Amino acid sequence: MSTATMALSNPRIVRSPRHTATIYLKEAKYEFLKYLRLRMYTVSVLTFPIMFYVLFGLVLNQNQTIGATRVAAYLIPSYGTFGVIAASLFGTAAGLASDRGLGWLEVKRASPMPPFAYFAAKVATSMVFSTVIVLALFTLGIAFGGVRMPIGSFARLLGILVAGSLPFSAMGLALGYFTGPNSAPPTINLIYLPMSFCSGLWVPIMFLPKVLQKIALVLPPYHLSQLALGVVGAGTRESVVGHWEALAAFTMICLGVARIGFQRDQEKMYG
Amino acid sequence: MTATLEQTRNTESAGAGLVVASLERVSKNYGDVRALHSVDFGVRAGEVVALLGPNGAGKTTAVKLLLGLLQPNSGKVRVFGGDPTNPENRMRTGAMLQVGRVPETLRVREHIDLFSSYYEKPMALAEVLAAAGLEKLSERKFGELSGGQKQRVLFALAICGDPDLLFLDEPTAGLDVEARRMLWDEIRQLVSRGKTVLLTTHYLQEADALADRVAVINKGEIVAEGSPAEIKAQTAGKRIRCITSLSLHALRQIPGVTEVKEDREAIEIHTGEAEPVLRELLALDASLSGLEVTSAGLEEAFLALTQDSSKNGNHAS
Repeated sequence: MSTATMALSNPRIVRSPRHTATIYLKEAKYEFLKYLRLRMYTVSVLTFPIMFYVLFGLVLNQNQTIGATRVAAYLIPSYGTFGVIAASLFGTAAGLASDRGLGWLEVKRASPMPPFAYFAAKVATSMVFSTVIVLALFTLGIAFGGVRMPIGSFARLLGILVAGSLPFSAMGLALGYFTGPNSAPPTINLIYLPMSFCSGLWVPIMFLPKVLQKIALVLPPYHLSQLALGVVGAGTRESVVGHWEALAAFTMICLGVARIGFQRDQEKMYG
Repeated sequence: MTATLEQTRNTESAGAGLVVASLERVSKNYGDVRALHSVDFGVRAGEVVALLGPNGAGKTTAVKLLLGLLQPNSGKVRVFGGDPTNPENRMRTGAMLQVGRVPETLRVREHIDLFSSYYEKPMALAEVLAAAGLEKLSERKFGELSGGQKQRVLFALAICGDPDLLFLDEPTAGLDVEARRMLWDEIRQLVSRGKTVLLTTHYLQEADALADRVAVINKGEIVAEGSPAEIKAQTAGKRIRCITSLSLHALRQIPGVTEVKEDREAIEIHTGEAEPVLRELLALDASLSGLEVTSAGLEEAFLALTQDSSKNGNHAS
């Protein structure tokens, strides 16, 4: 198939901006509903960070501090990061791997769905669940942990954590292209649980062995959690810009890998 | 669009409508496995064509090529005169594929709502539900449906955009007789609205019930093509078994006999239609005994067709 004929016979579909917006919104809405009703997803993704926070932040260490920050405040960025990563990875990687492996993506590809709408819906859904997790942690912290901050700080913390959903959604897309329907969930666990631990999301980073503290510097959850911890005055003293740069670079790498997977899927057609 | 349709006139079509989807000398391999070998095949506007063949014959590959989900190793695939991956073509086609898993937590109505939104002029939800026989199930979640109901949802997703051309890949696979008949009725209603349909099946009966034209595919090659009646005459052959004093040579001379074999003390005769051959047999041999007439199985029929095509060069139409 020459590029010339491809170009000639491949006029884009011209849709009104309103129609396009409708498609993107519906795609996102139903992606969200799909996961909201999937108990396996909501239970593991919403319950774990909230449960950990209640246990370690509210029940066990109520009046203790880490540095100058109360545990109840310190653990919101930590478990917030943890929750955002789980929501983003499971939502994108597991869904994509299953859709790819079991033929559903093919049905969608045979339809006039704009391909980007499919990915955008996954990322948007991850961000919505991330927001829910962070707001739940805020509510618990304020109501039972005596967490007090200016409203602007809450907003900044929420913004950072929800933006943090992007790099991990990108990672999820990359994983989803290189795992199968059955191997995706265990692969995600195998990667994100150790990564979360080593980044100091469960045990504060300064309590980890020195070696792990060094390793943490190359782990994306570390950079996200440090940005978030900065809001509650508990970040290490590295530059904020450096953390953002690290996350941006990680996002680009993941999108690059996902793109290779996407091309490979398309090329399977040519193979 | 008119210009691209004009183009398709060139791809020879004996009368009837324009060729809206075609494979031209298309070959497709998966690694060393040959899925399709130099297949020529076309679907004309307004026609219902069945691609009939056993499992692994290349039916699904043919459909995926026409949907632009696969690319051929050689040959040309055209839909509406253009490339099948052309997004505009996708607006005018609908597809029912074999899917391992459909999102189970979404309701029937929601699945249809989403797919309808992709199209420029979708059918109304109520219309889609009625056409697919899902009126009473619209609030059900996909995961709660029976096999037949699930197939009907996939059917609904294929038709919701009101497409001109429909691909149905084994629409009734795994369904029981009743569910199959229901889906047949729904497909027939669709056909009566002037849609062009390509369906694949491994049931001769299904091809007969729905199609204007049948192409039999086996091991990646089209081995016969014709009206359902013509194909039936070839595939739904009869096997006559009897003990007779007639020589094999004499038996082969009887009109309509396609094959004669010795089977222990008896003789086995293959034929398209049993009755004329029987009349002749009984007239020729008054001492004939042990008479049995059975239908040839579909597998054997495919075998016969394959052998036919290698013997006589090509198909019957």
